[in-house]
Amino acid sequence: MKLTALAQDKTCTAVLAALAAVTLIIPFCNLAFPADSPLHFSAYTVSVLGKYLTFALLGLSLDLVWGYCGILALGHGAFFALGGYAMGMYLMRQIGTRGVYGDPLLPDFMVFLNWKELPWYWFGFDHFGYALLMVVLAPGALAFVFGWLAFRSRVTGVYLSIMTQALTYALLLAFFRNEMGFGGNNGLTDFKDLLGFNVQSEGVRAVLLMMCGLTLIVAFLLCRWLVNTKLGRVVTAIRDQESRVRFLGYRVEMFKLWIFVFAAMLAGIAGALYVPQVGIINPSEFSPLNSLEIVVWVAMGGRGTLYGAIIGAVLVNYGKTVLTGLLPEIWLFTLGAVFIVVTLLLPDGIVGLLKRRLKEQSA
Amino acid sequence: MNAYAENLFSEDDKIKGGGSLFVEGEVDTRHGPILYMEDVSVSFDGFKALNRLSLYIDAGELRCLIGPNGAGKTTLMDVITGKTRPDSGSVFFGQTIDLLLMDEPAIAEAGICRKFQKPSVFDALTVFENLELALKADKRTWATLFFRLSGEQRDRINEIIETIGLHDCRQARAGILSHGQKQWLEIGMLLMQEPKVMLVDEPIAGMTHQEVERTAELLLSLQGRHSIVVVEHDMEFVRSIARKVTVLHEGSVLTEGTMDEVQNDPRVIQVYLGG
Repeated sequence: MKLTALAQDKTCTAVLAALAAVTLIIPFCNLAFPADSPLHFSAYTVSVLGKYLTFALLGLSLDLVWGYCGILALGHGAFFALGGYAMGMYLMRQIGTRGVYGDPLLPDFMVFLNWKELPWYWFGFDHFGYALLMVVLAPGALAFVFGWLAFRSRVTGVYLSIMTQALTYALLLAFFRNEMGFGGNNGLTDFKDLLGFNVQSEGVRAVLLMMCGLTLIVAFLLCRWLVNTKLGRVVTAIRDQESRVRFLGYRVEMFKLWIFVFAAMLAGIAGALYVPQVGIINPSEFSPLNSLEIVVWVAMGGRGTLYGAIIGAVLVNYGKTVLTGLLPEIWLFTLGAVFIVVTLLLPDGIVGLLKRRLKEQSA
Repeated sequence: MNAYAENLFSEDDKIKGGGSLFVEGEVDTRHGPILYMEDVSVSFDGFKALNRLSLYIDAGELRCLIGPNGAGKTTLMDVITGKTRPDSGSVFFGQTIDLLLMDEPAIAEAGICRKFQKPSVFDALTVFENLELALKADKRTWATLFFRLSGEQRDRINEIIETIGLHDCRQARAGILSHGQKQWLEIGMLLMQEPKVMLVDEPIAGMTHQEVERTAELLLSLQGRHSIVVVEHDMEFVRSIARKVTVLHEGSVLTEGTMDEVQNDPRVIQVYLGG
């Protein structure tokens, strides 16, 4: 028991160290060394790594909900996308007169649709602080409303999973519509500035990677603290024996709601960090498939460990980058196969495998 | 209080209220019983699990419920703890608290706790953490998030760990405990909640002879401070702890009395032996 705790701590420290290294060394090497130096990391590496780290944050947030609270949420990508849209709206407002139509107020797609004024829900997004607030509030509010209704009516298990899929699918369809005012099919893109700096520049990319790394480290430590509080233990208890927890006097639905909303906010932050790095946000981020992928990351890394989610997200996405480059058509089959293999052979994911190895070695 | 009443009553009268006082947060047991179940019926798809059952449990009493399978023992506990809503009847905690208006957490908070037939402990948590979760405390989310165990509460948990004889495995995960130890842990969790009423469903299943004896001692030592309702099949065990036994049959109370009275009741013999 003590040994596994130690092993867990070791892996945990290793993951944190790796994160800190990525956060500090790679952006530094990217900026400090010239392109022909062997110590230089290309802009591509920087932006791909930054993307992985946002996915890791997203995986981490799902692990709280699924790994610790036992809610198999298959629509977690929706919160990521909402956070992304909030950031995208800020970036759109920063374009100003530099758009194709040169309208100082309206983004290009609104001019194209012949809209005369900015819809009310776009107000405020020219302020970075307001946008940041929306990055957490919009996903948080959706999670609150959805969770309030679902958990109060004690919808659990596969029914809840299906509802979360339906939720993200409904949002996908809604955001496709031009009348919604979020750029329809094309989404939001062609970003120029972030806080006055050019988003496309190498410096900003490097800083974004750093921000991703820092956010992930802080979020990881926060989650670790959270699962070690009494609330964390109540949540774990809910996963294992929901009705027993109720008979101890805890309002199970409130605890589920709390953790669900918190995780949704984290996912929103991940989405907000993702969008400036990839330069676009469109409705495809709401696709049910994306949400399923998050589940695969967490399952593969090892759920209920937090760092497992980070490892899983980075590895699967690295695999995706490599495979979609080589043989794009087989990626989905590979993903499916990975999920099946992990479920059948590695119920505790890679982390579980590592732990077992460590135990055997020391035994 | 209006001006008229102000003039009508002296200070002294106002304090006494001229009659019974309603005290917030107190269970009113001045008439004896702490649990009242009257005319309670529950049916599942036409099957009457409880059929106009009436049962009164006195404050501080240790009551045993026996009855053949399907007599409604577990359903009765489900109704009291809010898991199942009866079709008709009334269930009161003391004279003033209507349990049918409350849900499970509220009933648990009010002071009615339950041990399940199948031991229900949290396998992933340690013995200590299991008891900590059961500890009587503010159980809302934010309070739970920032909860810190006080020295007093830690002592209380350690005391209970001693009582249930699990001091050698206080940091062990509950999942690795034996069946009997899990039963004890769950009884410990009940005690942590400082309940007024304990509903104990089959406490000695899977226990060794010594463990059974210690369980009997524990339950006997608790009566008086807590009202305890024990459902058990083991007649020898029931005989060793019970002053008063209630026999359920087909969802109603068949008879009540001491173990000897009950065992010699021809109706009970007929129900049990199918005569």
